[in-house]
Amino acid sequence: MIEVKDLTKFYGPRPAIKGITFKVNKGEVVGFLGPNGAGKSTTMNILCCILPASSGSAEICGYDVFEESLEVRKKIGYLPETPPLYPDMTVTGYLKFAAEIRRVPAKKVQAAVDRVLEKCVLQEVRQRIIGRLSKGFQQRVGLAQSMIHDPEILILDEPTIGLDPIQIIEIRKLIQDLAREHTIILSSHILPEITQICKRVIILNEGEIAAVDSLEGLTSSLNKSERFVLKVRNSQNNIQDKLSALDNVISVKAETEDQFLIECEMNSETQDRVARMALENSWGIEELKLVSMTLEEIFLHLTLEEHEPSEVKNGVGT
Amino acid sequence: MRNAWVVAKKDLGSYFNSPVFYVVTTVFLVIYSFIFFQILTFFSFQSVQANQFQGMNVGLNLNDMVIEPSFHNMAVTLLLIIPVLTMRSFADEKKSKTYSLLLSSPVHLREIIFGKFLACMTVVTLMVLLSSYCIGFLLMLGEPEIGPIITSYLGILLMAGCYVGMGVFASSLTDNQIIAAVIAFGMSLFMWIIGWAAQAASAEMGEVLHYLSLVEHMQRFLKGIVDTSDVVYYLTFIFFTLFLTHRVLDSERWR
Ligand SMILES: Nc1ncnc2c1ncn2[C@@H]1O[C@H](COP(=O)(O)OP(=O)(O)OP(=O)(O)O)[C@@H](O)[C@H]1O
Ligand SMILES: [Mg+2]
Repeated sequence: MIEVKDLTKFYGPRPAIKGITFKVNKGEVVGFLGPNGAGKSTTMNILCCILPASSGSAEICGYDVFEESLEVRKKIGYLPETPPLYPDMTVTGYLKFAAEIRRVPAKKVQAAVDRVLEKCVLQEVRQRIIGRLSKGFQQRVGLAQSMIHDPEILILDEPTIGLDPIQIIEIRKLIQDLAREHTIILSSHILPEITQICKRVIILNEGEIAAVDSLEGLTSSLNKSERFVLKVRNSQNNIQDKLSALDNVISVKAETEDQFLIECEMNSETQDRVARMALENSWGIEELKLVSMTLEEIFLHLTLEEHEPSEVKNGVGT
Repeated sequence: MRNAWVVAKKDLGSYFNSPVFYVVTTVFLVIYSFIFFQILTFFSFQSVQANQFQGMNVGLNLNDMVIEPSFHNMAVTLLLIIPVLTMRSFADEKKSKTYSLLLSSPVHLREIIFGKFLACMTVVTLMVLLSSYCIGFLLMLGEPEIGPIITSYLGILLMAGCYVGMGVFASSLTDNQIIAAVIAFGMSLFMWIIGWAAQAASAEMGEVLHYLSLVEHMQRFLKGIVDTSDVVYYLTFIFFTLFLTHRVLDSERWR
């Protein structure tokens, strides 16, 4: 469905992406994950025929994005990083325009507009001027625009940015719904979001693919340990030693005088034992909570694990 | 060409939904009307004088003394005003990132460009039509020849087409509307005055410069003559500006 080979893009002398190779099959939902400036948007722009690549090739449904871009553009729906909205148009007017320019047959335009209005929960603002909508609604209009012509492939650049938590859940559901009939690529720098929607993740870092992995592979390789923070009221100087002495505890770091970061083995019920110990010694538990890994830590993990061949689940390009 | 019309329709909508069209049209109409009625007052003053002192008609003619100069002035006013209309066409799309919607849609670049041109041209035509109430006023007062009036409108619209073409081109160069307007204005003015250099240049060069000048081709239209070479000049000019626009946007895309 989508085949990218050795894709490279230079902005002036600086490379934004360096030789990216991957493949997306029909019906797959693939997530691009990466920190700011990793090259996610650049890659998506190239796939959507907006930017030319410096070298390498990209094919969508067998059509080359450089040579046969018109055919490619018929097959994709794109939500860019900044939703391409005309602030002085009404929502309906804009969606009609989007349908027409995406070559929806004249007779089906109205039906298409109604369909996406419903899908993106936009009925109540249908006659409002886009420029006066809140950021979240604008984002939804952008999303509606990308699926107006029911494209085979949807490319969504940070689709849930700026939405409220309820909407984020709605949009995730919507994307999961769409995933049944469409091939979807979406980008994000929020790990939980990707883990909920995508079956496969491509992790980009500084323009290179740091890892391509199925979600199970990724989480299992990361979840060999879990970490939580303990905050106490009555600080004593032997707390750290006592915690370290517990079974299954890998390391204990004193972040401040009364706050400790505990890393322990997965599913070892260490939390219970830490709590018991805190009660017995009357440290006074102020807080005991699990901390999930930040993206930076995942990158650290991934880059470290690259050196241990046995840990690399799938090679690049699966 | 259906796609070009889709783009044009969208642009027209944004002209009419924003104050741009109304402000520009009002300014244009006020200035043009002022000039027109100045010319008309001067004319009636002269014809009264001619009647008094010579007691006979010395061939003062509405077409030569009112209509022709008023169209000349309209051409200058349009030169000042059209860059304001055209400056948004591509600059605004680039600035507000809506350009990526157009680029990722299955339409040809040439259709987008032509759509933009068509939208501006429609607005300009509307403005010129609105200004024709002055000529209507003349028709009530006297009996000017209709032929030259019609050809003058044709000439004005062709000339306006050249301004619009240059404006769209200027707008494709940048994402800043002010810069687009300034470049468009500079180009239009330059193409207007380029004939002035003819006197200083050698004979052949002078002829070329004369030929290139936008005003030069206006003269015959104002006299009621439609010369194919003038029409060809204007149409080629428009085509050339749109072609350059295509080159700029295309190369930008593939840079
Ligand atoms: N128009 C441009 N001109 C020059 N450099 C650019 C341009 N666009 C992007 N870059 C550079 O290319 C690199 C990749 O940018 P890109 O926008 O693809 O990152 P991203 O992964 O989408 O980041 P984010 O999470 O912030 O959206 C960055 O280093 C950026 O500075
Ligand atoms: Mg981005």
